[in-house]
Amino acid sequence: MDLATFLQQLANAASLGSLYSLIAIGYTMVYGILRLINFAHGDIFMLGAYFAFYLVAAAVMPWWVAFIVAIGLTSLFGIGLERLAYRPLRDSPRISLMISAIGASFLIENLGVVIFGGRPKSFASIPLFDTVVNVGPISVLSVSLFIPVFAAAALVVLLFVVNRTKTGMAMRAVSTDIEAARLMAIDVNRIISYTFGIGSALAALGGIMWTMKYPQLNPLMGIMPGLKCFIAAVIGGIGNIGGAVLGGFLLGFIEIMVAAFLPALTGYRDAFSFILLILVLLLKPSGLLGQKQTVKV
Amino acid sequence: MKTRNTLLTAGAIALFACLLWLADAKLGGYAMRILNLSAIYIVLSLSLNLVNGFTGLFSLGCAGFMAVGAYVSALLSMSPEVKEMNFFLEPLAPWLQNLTLPFALALVAGGLCAALAGLIVGIPVLRLRDDYLAIATLGFAEIIRVVITNLQSLTNGAQGLKNIPKYSTTWTVWGVAALTVAFMALLTRSSYGRELKAVRDDEIAAEAMGINVFRVKVTSFTISSFLAGVGGALLGHMITTIDPKMFTFMLTFNILLIVVLGGNGSITGSVIASIAVTVLMEAMRFLDEPLNLLFIKTEGMPGLRMVVFSAMLMAVVIFRQRGLMGDRELTWDGLAKAGLLPRKKKGARE
Amino acid sequence: MKLETKGATMRFGGLTAVSDFNIAIDSGEIVGLIGPNGAGKTTAFNMITGVYAPTEGRIRFEGRDITGHQPHLINKAGIARTFQNIRLFSTMSVLENVLVGCAVRERPTWINSVLRTPGYRRRDRESHDFARELLAETGLSELEDEKATSLPYGKQRRLEIARALASRPSLLLLDEPAAGMNPQESIELMDFIRRVRDRFDLTILLIEHHMQVVMGICSRMYVLDYGVTIAHGTPDEIRRDPKVIEAYLGVE
Repeated sequence: MDLATFLQQLANAASLGSLYSLIAIGYTMVYGILRLINFAHGDIFMLGAYFAFYLVAAAVMPWWVAFIVAIGLTSLFGIGLERLAYRPLRDSPRISLMISAIGASFLIENLGVVIFGGRPKSFASIPLFDTVVNVGPISVLSVSLFIPVFAAAALVVLLFVVNRTKTGMAMRAVSTDIEAARLMAIDVNRIISYTFGIGSALAALGGIMWTMKYPQLNPLMGIMPGLKCFIAAVIGGIGNIGGAVLGGFLLGFIEIMVAAFLPALTGYRDAFSFILLILVLLLKPSGLLGQKQTVKV
Repeated sequence: MKTRNTLLTAGAIALFACLLWLADAKLGGYAMRILNLSAIYIVLSLSLNLVNGFTGLFSLGCAGFMAVGAYVSALLSMSPEVKEMNFFLEPLAPWLQNLTLPFALALVAGGLCAALAGLIVGIPVLRLRDDYLAIATLGFAEIIRVVITNLQSLTNGAQGLKNIPKYSTTWTVWGVAALTVAFMALLTRSSYGRELKAVRDDEIAAEAMGINVFRVKVTSFTISSFLAGVGGALLGHMITTIDPKMFTFMLTFNILLIVVLGGNGSITGSVIASIAVTVLMEAMRFLDEPLNLLFIKTEGMPGLRMVVFSAMLMAVVIFRQRGLMGDRELTWDGLAKAGLLPRKKKGARE
Repeated sequence: MKLETKGATMRFGGLTAVSDFNIAIDSGEIVGLIGPNGAGKTTAFNMITGVYAPTEGRIRFEGRDITGHQPHLINKAGIARTFQNIRLFSTMSVLENVLVGCAVRERPTWINSVLRTPGYRRRDRESHDFARELLAETGLSELEDEKATSLPYGKQRRLEIARALASRPSLLLLDEPAAGMNPQESIELMDFIRRVRDRFDLTILLIEHHMQVVMGICSRMYVLDYGVTIAHGTPDEIRRDPKVIEAYLGVE
């Protein structure tokens, strides 16, 4: 293929990778703190998109305010989800938590079908994101240029919070050893809520950006991205924010490039993520950037 | 005690057979269909219960093994003419085209292929921890589904298979269900059953007591896959059409729901929950349809049924983790202790 | 020589939990392994029983090299253990817990079990008989149908020992069997250990903090501190060893 197509695909891969990273971070943070795979995370991504959709359609505020409110609402939803579905099971076997997460995921999806309707909706066009931009030999939707920028900005803020603030330090403490953190007078419940809040906000940002790029919404839109982003988080090293970003980009890149270079295998595209996941789990379960955990007998 | 129990069991089976015969004769087609569907779910839920409840492995790969069993059994039992009609986009591989086997063989073959798939998936995956195992098995189920969708010349791809011979009669499905229950009861109450439970309770202690934990896990997983394959095949022979979109995580979720509701680790629980949930699912169909109650007209709300069931699952897992039966069974001894059966006098010969 | 280790060392990343562990135990001996908390005693057990593969060194049991073998194979070879934090099978009854221990000799397969072959039934009966014998030996007969974890602590420890004995070991590793026992119970435990050693022809290696017990029944002891063997000898020699006293800051 020629340079132009290659660069085009590269740009696509970059924006897809950024989106995957945003969502993967939420997974990895929650897993790091609770050792829980939040199956419902993909559906939170969906909710962010829908909240934004309805707020923009209501036309009572400028679109960028609507986006911020939508992110806030989704963040609150995530905190609420933790409170209702996961906190009561804090001391239960991990399987129960997983089952609750799966149940929550199906619940949110079907509530979405009931409340929002199963038929896909189209997001109103927002000129800032919807124009075609020509950069050299390639032409992209302007949103594709914004996505990596927003993702990078979100990541910078997040890393600052995690590494330079007291709350961030508390978060790191809780994810290393929850009992010890409790003994250090850290309000574990509050920290966990923060984690869910931040993770959900990032997922919502991802959801909104996603609909800017692929303007069709439906209540089940979070399933595949959710699963893939979890895989991305595992590949990068679950519990590790840098790993989530790496995993997200890797996955986005592989997906786009395989579809571009090996079109015969497009039908198998969804399976790639899973194959990659299983390979990582078998060869290096702690992921690319993760650390081995030993069990004390 | 043993003779009493054996007599009671024989009596119960006879009674059950009579009731089934009665139902078959008196109840209409729709009701029988639901009843027979619950028999298939008994087989499926027991397959999941074997790995999850009795061996403690959180596997979410059910739907994948069901798909393997369903496709193999269907392909081996359809007549060449039916196959030709199905495979209009791309003809079926010749060796398969003219191969038609009797139902029993096709069914067992389906189960065995699913078991083989279970072995192939299990060996690499069963070394993983809890939640990673869940995701890996889920991943494999999805891979199986994607592969089936793409192997046009073997599975007819996304078109699926239609006009599968309707071999799943009342007696067939309930017969298989009864055999499965018997198998599970015999297995879990034996020395091998204790090994399974030991692995579930404490792997490290089990290993220290001489149990080859990995081999036990693989065996359990393979047997479970066999049962899932049989269940999938029976499903195919009942609905007569299958396609890859049937075997999604949603299907696994339904079976997981039944196992959790009935009690993870209880055969009785799975049986009761299978019947209850299947009936409830049908009964609640009205929630998805437009309601027409006198003066209240509502638009159909598809998805409401699943909202209710998801909420139920979460409620059970949060408030009554052990489900209906926990890990206890309904046994003759248990009933006797509760005073529902005449007790033997102490010292009487057994 | 029943058990000998040569230079067994266990390193986890940068941490050396046990270094250059050399012990030799003869048939029929009761040998103690003591040391302050975190000295690496349980790690030593874990190396012997195959839970960890030693980073360096070799372990020989009855003349055969068992270094790094899988735990269930080591159990088959004749080594059984109890755990520091009791690891009973929580959903099973007292009898069932012991029966699991019998499984290693019974070797049930799922096919035999489901079909209830005559061979299976015979072996199952034998296991039941032996298990009941062990429960009688440990004074737990009346409790055979109780849920294992509903027992009081002291009885749970005895159950763990009964379960270990069920696999018919020739070497028994006991990890703090007297933990949480009052002086009277400790004396009973000492008698019990001696009785069991004689009755089942065992060799015993024992981790214990309870000095009364250790000094009472062990013919020899090894002392670990920070993974290093700082002393080895008879109870009297150990009692007087200044290095040991220093490590413990006052031994009773």
